[in-house]
Amino acid sequence: MHLAQMNIAHMRAPKDSPELASFVAGLDSLNRLAEADPGFVWRLRGSEGPEGTVEHPYGDHLLINYSVWRSREALWNYVYRSDHLAFLQRRKEWFLRIAQPYSVMWWIPEGYEPTLPEGMERLERLRAEGPTREAFTFKDFYESSEAAWRPAAAEARK
Amino acid sequence: MSGDDLDTVAILHDPVRRAVYDYVASQRHDVGRNEAAEAVGVQRTLAAFHLDRLVEAGLLESGFRRLTERTGPGSGRPAKVYRRALGEWQVNVPARDYRTLALVLAEAVESLGGDERAEQAARRAGARFAEEGEDLAGMLRRRGYEPYEEDGRVRLRNCPFHVPAEEHPLLVCSVNLGLCRGMLDALGRDASAAMLDPRPGECCVAFSKNNED
Repeated sequence: MHLAQMNIAHMRAPKDSPELASFVAGLDSLNRLAEADPGFVWRLRGSEGPEGTVEHPYGDHLLINYSVWRSREALWNYVYRSDHLAFLQRRKEWFLRIAQPYSVMWWIPEGYEPTLPEGMERLERLRAEGPTREAFTFKDFYESSEAAWRPAAAEARK
Repeated sequence: MSGDDLDTVAILHDPVRRAVYDYVASQRHDVGRNEAAEAVGVQRTLAAFHLDRLVEAGLLESGFRRLTERTGPGSGRPAKVYRRALGEWQVNVPARDYRTLALVLAEAVESLGGDERAEQAARRAGARFAEEGEDLAGMLRRRGYEPYEEDGRVRLRNCPFHVPAEEHPLLVCSVNLGLCRGMLDALGRDASAAMLDPRPGECCVAFSKNNED
């Protein structure tokens, strides 16, 4: 199983505004850093080249990151133990504080490419139900398990 | 406080054993018996005794590795090597539980969006760390950061705030950066020499060296 993760952020200003310029300028190197990581599997790309972000119908102010990793440790090390950390520490310059959970993860079979609606549904589930095997966080983490992926099997167990 | 932790830490009471542990823990490679014996200045068999006692207590872990480049028949057995074990042991007398308080306060600070306040408080706290005649490396060593030099930077092997850092990485790293900048303030140095530069398994801060070192 691989670990899918999606996080959203509310930009303070439009993506092409001066306030967001330093964020956009850093995107290329952050994406390359992720892609070069042995623990990296896949990410949802925007169409505009190195500074592209994921296109979506959920509002112009929303930034979405969506990627798949081999393990919790691999994702953790990228997010908090690489050049990505310094970027994260500047989040207030570019993004509004969101009180609700804004990041969700779940296990997927290897080779499966998750969809955007699926990610948003998992985030909604996290927000509505708190962390479960189907939608969880670093802090309240669930190890990979087949039952979390095959709904039919999970239904039979109820 | 767990009695087991006290028992574990107590096995470091013997000065030779303490020296053996400190040497292995401070190296960034696996250490063989000969190397440990030479470093501490004791016979190999005594070093081996202490090393194995430390493994038994859980403070070190052991493995086998070829310490020479010879392979094939006649090249000898792989040697037993030792490294610091993962884990932490706490001894407080009387009982103190700063870890729980730290986790609770971190959660509260995060929910209030108080990261900046925490970093400022940390900077003030860091400025009070200095002791008479101490330089940066000495201060970092004393505070448990395990400094080492690489590529013109002072890097830090140990995260002193490991447990809260795993739960609240952004807040704790922000606080740590504040502390490190405060330490530089106290030494009359440019605080921007401390920057976020994390590596897996290490502390998130590194210091650039400048001509004041």
